[in-house]
Amino acid sequence: MSISLASWAMGLDVGSVAAKGVLLRDGEWVARAMIATGWDPAEAGRRLRAELTDSVGMDLELPRVVATGYGRNAVEANGRVTEISCHALGARRLFGDGVRTILDIGGQDSKVIALDRSGNVANFLMNDKCAAGTGRFLQNMAVMLGCSLSDFSSLSEDLEPHGISSMCTVFAESEVVGLLARGVDKNALALGLLDAVASRAEGMMRRLGLQPEVVFTGGVSQSRNLRALLEKRLNLPVRVSEDSQYAGALGAALLATRKTTRRRRRDEDAPK
Amino acid sequence: MHDVEKIFEKMSAALPEGPVRIKEAVEAGRKVVGCYCAFTPYEVIRAAGAIPVSLCSTSEKPIAAGEEHLPRNLCPLIKASYGFGLTDTCPYFHFCDLVIGETTCDGKKKMYELLDRLRPTYVMQLPQIVSEEAVESWRHEIKLLARHLEETLGTAITEEALRREIRWRNEERKVMNELYELSRLCPPPLSGRELHLVNEFFKVGFGEEAYLNKVRELTRCLRENYEAGQRRVSDEKRRIIVTGCPTGKSVEKVFHAIEENGGVIVAFENCGGVKPSYELVDEALPPYEALAHKYLGIPCSCMSPNGKRLKLLEDLVAEYEADGVVDLILQACHTYAVESFLVHETARASGIPCITVETDYYQGDVEQLSTRMGAFVEMMGI
Ligand code: SF4
Ligand code: SF4
Repeated sequence: MSISLASWAMGLDVGSVAAKGVLLRDGEWVARAMIATGWDPAEAGRRLRAELTDSVGMDLELPRVVATGYGRNAVEANGRVTEISCHALGARRLFGDGVRTILDIGGQDSKVIALDRSGNVANFLMNDKCAAGTGRFLQNMAVMLGCSLSDFSSLSEDLEPHGISSMCTVFAESEVVGLLARGVDKNALALGLLDAVASRAEGMMRRLGLQPEVVFTGGVSQSRNLRALLEKRLNLPVRVSEDSQYAGALGAALLATRKTTRRRRRDEDAPK
Repeated sequence: MHDVEKIFEKMSAALPEGPVRIKEAVEAGRKVVGCYCAFTPYEVIRAAGAIPVSLCSTSEKPIAAGEEHLPRNLCPLIKASYGFGLTDTCPYFHFCDLVIGETTCDGKKKMYELLDRLRPTYVMQLPQIVSEEAVESWRHEIKLLARHLEETLGTAITEEALRREIRWRNEERKVMNELYELSRLCPPPLSGRELHLVNEFFKVGFGEEAYLNKVRELTRCLRENYEAGQRRVSDEKRRIIVTGCPTGKSVEKVFHAIEENGGVIVAFENCGGVKPSYELVDEALPPYEALAHKYLGIPCSCMSPNGKRLKLLEDLVAEYEADGVVDLILQACHTYAVESFLVHETARASGIPCITVETDYYQGDVEQLSTRMGAFVEMMGI
């Protein structure tokens, strides 16, 4: 069976924790893969490529590949684009053209991207300096509470969240220990931790001038409780998708379907 | 084609020679005066027969030492300046007879009080508004500086010498401005990192003509090569203007992040770029008055109000056909951080995006900077 190479496009999103890949054929999503990045992002990229091509069951030679994410420069690819632009493109594909605000909370970082009406990135904010408000923060807190991250999705919404004053992982840890010792309800505390994350995210979104529709992506978006707390704070519906962890890779794959990458600067100056 | 790469290599190789040349000058009996800021009137120091040198202030190395005496949440430039003195690791500080400071931002002027214990530090009282009275008071301050130099260095500053040095310093500014203006070309003939290298090279020239000639030669060669069709920078690069806190070695990471991710810096509005050099001293005015006008006119964020900086930025955006503005803020620099809001407004009015990057001298954020700058450049079109 002969395959026209031009119709295949691959996006690789090599993050600090997980590496995700998406394969498109004629612009349609045909395969996905996710692996742990491990120590070697270049190797993670190679493995992802192999998994994706294997999964379509043919010896695909060279689709166009665009890499994104923290490891994008280490991975073999035809183009490299930051996760901000890829995420924006991917989120629009997943959620439709109405998306204006993207909240992404991953394992190590969080970001907010504001899109204009045409879907261009209008502004963005990244928190990548500390673990506050990220998946890692919640992971650490889950350990402190003796539960797992998935429990943060099934808390009763009738409980009043117990306020947490510190978002720094180190300080929050001792605060949680103290509160548990004082007999504060574990579930209320868990909700309080999630609400602290929601509050931080709200602050970031408001700084960019929060516009609906709001979508929530990244590993942490799978927490039903966090999403509910966000909706309450923003007084707006917050959309999530099971595929949202692939938003970056999907955006990269969509970029790979384009024949040329960057336009020459001068061309844009030509009258429209 | 001229071999411009060779010129850059030579400039880069000349940087470490600076301290040796100052040591030799001192051994030959010359006086050396240490300076930190763009407000220091080099002309007066030179007219007194001394060599003004720019003291080290842009490395993370002495910061820990500086923090032994200074609070941590102070701008890294101030902590580094002081730390260099304290650890005696800035060769220029080591060789200088006195230091000149100005009452610019709060952190700096208070730091000078401590620095004075390490080396005699003369602080000029800088007015922070531009008005007739302020110019008069600044003119008086410059005269006081002249008197102080005459007394401590045992020399006399003649009007003739002052006029001569004003002409020479103007010549230096003109040469640098000519180089800067090359980047109005689309694409520019050199990168921002190369511009920055030339700035550093110029600083270790200590006013010597040979060094200025090297810059002249570079400008000429770049222009002639460009006319002959040489393109050293791709025309796909987005044209970026950097503004904000002073540039320097440890923030080169930001320039790197911009230029490794699809951008090219066409102008630095900062100190270490256009800000201190775009206006000349009026040679027709009486010298002290002329100096007062020029220096008080530097649009530093310590000035209030400082609309002139925004005007300069607006002009640069137009003249250099910029696609975006990167607002560089050193952690804990309040004055530039507050002006960020106005910088964003100015960029918006010019119809181009702007991003504020807050950083310090440590190199721990290079990865984040790369993503941040990359995404910013992509906002101008992928
Ligand atoms: S930014 Fe202001 S205080 Fe800093 S060096 Fe320039 S003129 Fe001096
Ligand atoms: S960068 Fe800001 S805080 Fe630092 S010395 Fe200059 S004006 Fe002062």
